[in-house]
Amino acid sequence: MALEGLLVLVLGWKLAIDAEIYTKVVLASVPRPNFAPRKVNLSVLMSRKIRIKKGADIRLKGRPATTVDAAASTATYAVQPPNYHGVTPKLEVKEGAAVQTGSPLFHSKETPAMKFLSPTSGTVKSIVRGEKRRILAVVVESNAKSEAVALAKIDVASASSDAIREAMLSHGMFPFVGQRPFADVATPTDAPRSIHVSGFDSSPLAPDMEIVLQGRMDSFQAGILALSALVGGDAIHLGTCPGQTAYAGLNKVEITEFEGPHPAGNVGVQIHHTLPVNKGEIVWTMHAEDVANLGETLTSGKYTAKRTVAATGSEHPAPRYYQTHIGCELASLTNGLQGDSVRVISGNPLTGTHAASDGYLGGLDHQITLLPEGSEPKFLLTAGWLSPGLDKFSLSKSYPTWLLPKSKEFVMDTNTGGEERAFVVTGQYEPVFPFDIYPVQLIKSIMANDIDAMEKLGIYEVAPEDFALCEYACTSKIDVQDIVRDGLDNLKKELG
Amino acid sequence: MLDSIRPHFEEGGKLSRFWVVYDSLETFAFTPGHTTKKGVQIRDGVDLKRTMFLVIVALIPALLFGTWNQGHQYMLSIGEVSVADPLMMAFFDKMLIGAIKVLPLVVVSYGVGLGIEFLFAGMRGHSINEGYLVSGMLIPLIMPVDVPLWMLALAVAFAVIIAKEVFGGTGMNILNVALTARAFLFFAYPKQLSGEIWIHEVATSKAGGLLVDGYTGATALGQLASTVGKAPTEPAVMGVMDMFAADGMFSLTNSFFGLIPGSVGETSALAILIGAALLIWTGIGSWKVMSSFLVGGLAMGAIFNAMGLNAYMTIPAIHQVVMGGFMFGMVFMATDPVSAAQTERGKWVYGFFGGFLSIMIRVFNPAYPEGVMMAILFMNVMAPLIDHYVIQANVSKREKRMQLSLSQRATA
Repeated sequence: MALEGLLVLVLGWKLAIDAEIYTKVVLASVPRPNFAPRKVNLSVLMSRKIRIKKGADIRLKGRPATTVDAAASTATYAVQPPNYHGVTPKLEVKEGAAVQTGSPLFHSKETPAMKFLSPTSGTVKSIVRGEKRRILAVVVESNAKSEAVALAKIDVASASSDAIREAMLSHGMFPFVGQRPFADVATPTDAPRSIHVSGFDSSPLAPDMEIVLQGRMDSFQAGILALSALVGGDAIHLGTCPGQTAYAGLNKVEITEFEGPHPAGNVGVQIHHTLPVNKGEIVWTMHAEDVANLGETLTSGKYTAKRTVAATGSEHPAPRYYQTHIGCELASLTNGLQGDSVRVISGNPLTGTHAASDGYLGGLDHQITLLPEGSEPKFLLTAGWLSPGLDKFSLSKSYPTWLLPKSKEFVMDTNTGGEERAFVVTGQYEPVFPFDIYPVQLIKSIMANDIDAMEKLGIYEVAPEDFALCEYACTSKIDVQDIVRDGLDNLKKELG
Repeated sequence: MLDSIRPHFEEGGKLSRFWVVYDSLETFAFTPGHTTKKGVQIRDGVDLKRTMFLVIVALIPALLFGTWNQGHQYMLSIGEVSVADPLMMAFFDKMLIGAIKVLPLVVVSYGVGLGIEFLFAGMRGHSINEGYLVSGMLIPLIMPVDVPLWMLALAVAFAVIIAKEVFGGTGMNILNVALTARAFLFFAYPKQLSGEIWIHEVATSKAGGLLVDGYTGATALGQLASTVGKAPTEPAVMGVMDMFAADGMFSLTNSFFGLIPGSVGETSALAILIGAALLIWTGIGSWKVMSSFLVGGLAMGAIFNAMGLNAYMTIPAIHQVVMGGFMFGMVFMATDPVSAAQTERGKWVYGFFGGFLSIMIRVFNPAYPEGVMMAILFMNVMAPLIDHYVIQANVSKREKRMQLSLSQRATA
């Protein structure tokens, strides 16, 4: 009897697998973006539309008003090496040195030509060090004069790939180029297969890129041309979202429209759905605002470190946009808000960093978020795990808030909402992870430090930020992004 | 109040070895004021406590109905009430009799299980995982009502230690903990478990001559198992089959509503489906596993109907799935996320074969009337393999994509 049972089981199994293969073959024969060959006539693929179904928009209170104000210039600015993952800083200045906008403060030990420039003119006030004398920040006291180093001007339309590359290194723009795999600062000597720019940000309370780039489309175009030279004149892949008009009529871009919830705006998601990264391939990425800065820096010969920051969050007295520069004091963006009950985040609530209220805007951040701290214990019946939870936004349906209208916005604090536990609940990462990758299995392979399994499971395509929603949703409160970061670092070490 | 006694339990306090106990009580009452440190700055409000609690809520209909039904079955067996009487008759008496039997099961299950959990958590120095809150409620619900308490305690200890703690505790187990407890009893005490303990005090009533004429106290599956190997025309077989007719004791209606003997929580498909609705509605129980499990059971039942080789096979598929532990296993056992398949595609396969095998084992092997338990445990073991194939498909797809890209670059 047992034998017959086994036979039926095996047969059924075979059927199920056959069915899966069949589906795959059928699906593969439909022209899906995943299978789009690389060297095709780009005009055919112009303004492709892709719908991202997985993901979630966390509906937080404190979206910025559409007004853009110039932030007060601050007394000090800081360039923070830890923002640029994978770079070991080597100082070029000492405390007390006089610098101008565009003077190098430090360079990368791995690539000495890669300079990190001062966003302001003045004197180096302090070098902040952490454990093992690791440099955390180079703080420059501004003299409020706009003395700038005259950098070489580049004709982005005609310059060679090498000229652009060298200029980006010396003009302080290369640190803003990211890469897949590894999700860190790109290696200048690599030859990227393609360059991808996300034209919108979908994270919670994120800035509207059309406001950020307002009046800067010429610079953006110049930046695109410069990047295009790096990939032999190929078009730059630009992801847009429905309703955007600013990107119409650009040269050397291949636009793909992405519709769907966060993380549709993550460049990694966009790459995965257009030209996925395979083992052995390298893809570069750049934030749209940095593309504009790149264009402006190269064409004007003046280091441009502009930021149009969305100052957001339920605790922000007046959420809005501020025009400022990289490394400005956060106090100039928080309307003077202070105290322990508010958390100041440089970046968005999912991937940003917890900054001191007297801290500085991160080098790769385009948003700050002020949220209430959640350090008060919550009694089980009123606000804890047994409460009705009518004010608790949850991606699980264990709180009834998913029945509320989609327009309702929530105030969320930084409480973990429970303690870390063993991994029990399954199927909660997948709905917010729009990759054809098994997130849980990938994470487990990273925890086991099994490089071979990581490669097979698709680690080349992901960045920690792509797992942010998984981490948010995790019932067991596991630090998913941290694990992915470790995995990428280990992988890089392994590959040498 | 908790804060005032906290120092005793902290490192160096005289009760520091009981820190686990204090910690679990404190975090039970108050979601701790821990804030995010790295990674995301905000976290979803859901935690394991909430999740497990909702599963227990989903078990309440089955628990309450089971309690009542045990009293009901007892009164039927001694002729206190008859099937013709309104169901609400002697409602409180039935609940009371049921509660007298069921409550000790719950208390012993939690007492022994949580005791062991605390012990291991204390030894390992980590906090209590909430997993056992659900297992501890499941175990009494899949036990025969008259199971001796010492036997239950032994089964719980075996399940928690062997099936869970040796694998590393909650989240690491391969087998469903509650089913392991049941399987332990099944194999360690087969005589006691297949005997007359499905209805409260049947044995004593029989000895005292209190039993209604012809009452055996066997479960539906027990009755059916007795027909296997006999010709459908034998009088004994026809007698059993009559019980499954529209006016019989195990009619489809009775089986669906659960007015039949059986383990405490398993008899009422209706009560279980109410729980299932909550689990699916809140997204905690996998609807994929449940629906494919049901489809698998119905498919096997339909195949048997088509074959019709013996009396057992002629029981309609729909009748098959509302009998015995099928529904309970489908909703509360197969869906256990730790022991089930972990990939979404794998869940379909896992559920389907779980249901399919449940009915198959039940009909093919009369020694194991409760095929569901065996089938789910078997699929628990197979789940990693299913996942492996699902993931392998994904891996080879990625490899193919890489090859394609390589060849294109070569030609370009």
